[in-house]
Amino acid sequence: MTTTATAFPRRDFLKAGGALLIGFTAAPRARAQQQADVLPGDPGQGPAQPDPDRLDTWIAIHADNTATIFIGHVDLGQGIATSLLQIAAEELDFDMSQVKTVRLETGKGPNTGNTGASSGVNRGGPRIRLAAAEARQALLRMASARLGAPVEKLTVAHGVVSVAGNSAQQVTYGQLIGDHRFEVPYTGKAPIKDYRTHKIVGTSVPRIDIPDKARGAYVYMQHVRMPGMLHGRVVRPRGQGSYADGARVMNVDAASIRDIPGARVIRRGDFVGVVALKEWDAVRGARQLRVTWDLPAALPATPAELFEKMRAAKSIDRLVLDRGDVSAAFARAAHVASGRFDSPYQAHAPFAPSCAIADVKADSAVVMCSSQGVYGARAPIAAVLKMPQEKVTVQYYQGAGSFGHACFNDAAQAAAVMSQETGVPVRVQFMRWDEHGWDFYQPAHSADVKIAIDANGKLLAYEYHGWHHTWSQTETTAQLAAGHPATEGDGLRAQALTPFNTGDMYAIPNWRIVNHRVPGLKGYLKGGNLRSPLDVAISFGAEQVMDDLAHIANMDPYQFRRQNIGDDRWLAVLDAVAKAANWTPRKAAANLSSAKVVTGRGIGLGTHLSSYGAAVAEIEVDKQTGVIVAKRMYGALEAGQAINPGIIESQITGMMVQAASRVLKEEVKFSATNVTSVDWVSYPMLRFAESPEVTAIVVKRQDQRSTGAGEEALASGAAAIANAFFDATGVRLREHPMTPARVLAALKNA
Amino acid sequence: MATRITVNQRVQEIDAPADTPLLYVLSNELALQGPRFGCGLAQCGSCSVLVDGVETRSCVTPLSKVAGKSITTLEGLPAWYAEQRKLPSAPALHPLQQAVIDEQAMHCGYCYNGLIVKGAELLSKNPQPTDNQIRTAMNGHLCRCGTYPRMLKAIQRASRTMAGGGR
Repeated sequence: MTTTATAFPRRDFLKAGGALLIGFTAAPRARAQQQADVLPGDPGQGPAQPDPDRLDTWIAIHADNTATIFIGHVDLGQGIATSLLQIAAEELDFDMSQVKTVRLETGKGPNTGNTGASSGVNRGGPRIRLAAAEARQALLRMASARLGAPVEKLTVAHGVVSVAGNSAQQVTYGQLIGDHRFEVPYTGKAPIKDYRTHKIVGTSVPRIDIPDKARGAYVYMQHVRMPGMLHGRVVRPRGQGSYADGARVMNVDAASIRDIPGARVIRRGDFVGVVALKEWDAVRGARQLRVTWDLPAALPATPAELFEKMRAAKSIDRLVLDRGDVSAAFARAAHVASGRFDSPYQAHAPFAPSCAIADVKADSAVVMCSSQGVYGARAPIAAVLKMPQEKVTVQYYQGAGSFGHACFNDAAQAAAVMSQETGVPVRVQFMRWDEHGWDFYQPAHSADVKIAIDANGKLLAYEYHGWHHTWSQTETTAQLAAGHPATEGDGLRAQALTPFNTGDMYAIPNWRIVNHRVPGLKGYLKGGNLRSPLDVAISFGAEQVMDDLAHIANMDPYQFRRQNIGDDRWLAVLDAVAKAANWTPRKAAANLSSAKVVTGRGIGLGTHLSSYGAAVAEIEVDKQTGVIVAKRMYGALEAGQAINPGIIESQITGMMVQAASRVLKEEVKFSATNVTSVDWVSYPMLRFAESPEVTAIVVKRQDQRSTGAGEEALASGAAAIANAFFDATGVRLREHPMTPARVLAALKNA
Repeated sequence: MATRITVNQRVQEIDAPADTPLLYVLSNELALQGPRFGCGLAQCGSCSVLVDGVETRSCVTPLSKVAGKSITTLEGLPAWYAEQRKLPSAPALHPLQQAVIDEQAMHCGYCYNGLIVKGAELLSKNPQPTDNQIRTAMNGHLCRCGTYPRMLKAIQRASRTMAGGGR
């Protein structure tokens, strides 16, 4: 039996101080098909929203023979508006030029929940497809009556209904219903088209928003202005401290901005801002205003202390999965590999700091913002304003890609507070340090991974323990201005380890996953969902241990994975990426060189809640400077039915670059009192010159439902880079980011 | 006191304090949508414009510094290109804007103001840049969505268009 150098800690989760909760132990097929099940309408909660069970909530047909599709999900720059319109056009027999959508706002658009977890096409798609099919069915009934021919004899092209065999007998959708409401229920029972007949779905239709964006005509949230508005900026410490502690104002010295006559201080509780008619006055006023803050030294002073604190915490331990007899399997294994892996807090840091405009009147409010969920944003805004939520309208305007719970709702609340205080519309844009410093960061994660094989290199046992706190829920404006207490999410689903992202890639007879949920209110940063939440950390650790086992078994890492996969869909992405990379079998770290710059290749698997990701990375390591450059990456993603393969390719490309950025560069830095990485110098990300060439492979399963393509290849890219480093140097890095300092230290200690 | 600047070939009298960053003048006084706030620290390239043909971070450039100068924003690139190439009239789009569309390069596209302005500057100085020259020239412009590989292809495509005499 062989083990790697890092010892598996002896802590037994069953005897640990925290409570043990038994989670689901069913077979881990809680994947794509199940989790994406959608009822027609799937009514969201809350007052003042269109009835999801009426067809008119979803589709309007106009007299000019075009359609408006009411989309409940928001396009964050990932292109889902184009993909969802493709689905509608396909099912209605319209051309792409005949379908459009409108800005989402509460009270008008359907409430389909937040846009996250790759839900846009995954969950939004079936609703639109079924609604379009039902609209087509209703239109055909009308056409049948109008043309005096049975529905079975009718054909449709470009929104024109014809009687088969008699092309003179025609009527357009527009003529049938033009601008009138259907006034029928949405049952979700209309038959949808066979995928084999699709003409628009499955093709790479160009994105509808790109031409305007290329010429500067697209209106981002940051471009919106209102007559009579003031510009506002928030004033906060440069970098958040402990989440539950917020930030307490000791003193505001309004005289410190007396030389900016146009600027006015706004104060509500511990919320401080500056408003001015001229944007520059607001910017420099907020910068110049002297505020004394009480920021307790409640954070761990170093990353090392953070991880020790998490591991020592009274965690809520949940047995996510316990299959077979893990302990017995480890005892009889031929080889065991294990390791501890630490992943840092990471920031969304949208390229445009969050922006919002609020116009709050005595008994109503309109808030324009870039929230990933307008209905989800509405109730908390209303609570801060102390107004019934049906009096608040939230409108969506696209900002820069947010990749999860960034500061969009915080900015929306800040604008609302400042507008309520001033009685006029206020436009708030965060400064770079506000966005970087007051984010809901991807929580840090610490893992113990232990995996065993038999003498033939077949997986016997897999055990994964992960420590992290869950997602914070209260926006900072609500905390500071309204005294709303810090609260956390339930720590389930994407906030926890799942069988699908923690081992499902492989056939594992004895398999245990334990989620150690750390209470995250006191002494931790605000946490939130960052694109592919937890998955980068999971694959970074688990896929390195898998690679160690391949090495121990004297096997090529691709062939080793291949023989341990038990599912065709995982096999398909693994094979696709290996083929694209022209992978030739050899053991990892077999060609170690004494040169200053060495090269390596690595392979990895990963996912989120659904879909299947695989990646290969080819990297260079400069052993003198410690700099790693990902030269070339290959990413394969299978997300069921590919609505628009071109957009998925583009998403994969971005995921590979972001994977390199997150595993090589990105880390939120902090002191005992507050976050200190508040711009692009202190929080570096991957730059143009060091970005990899990327080959993106879309593995299509047109007979399957679409399962989301916005994030699921990211983790595999991170794992591939980590494994490439071992191939290049024969040394493992168990923490990321894989910075020059860490590389040099690891090489020195090897 | 008003400051006279030329923006996209039109003379403008700007009545704003001399220390106002050019970005706020372009966004608020002139309602232009190309240059946009990203960091306010000249770190990201979101706010880039051409000042007398040179890529400049408008977020840290005071109005006083560009008095009398000619500023080109994303919106003005087609006319600027026509002037550079001595074309009889401005094309609808600069070749790089068209190439960005043809390559479907962007995701959210917020950084593409800077990427396109910087890329246009590069192509005006070096119409046939190598991969490494593109990577070096573009290195001061960040893209959070990670679309660098497609932007690189777009610059190469625009370079080919320009070499073919295309507009």
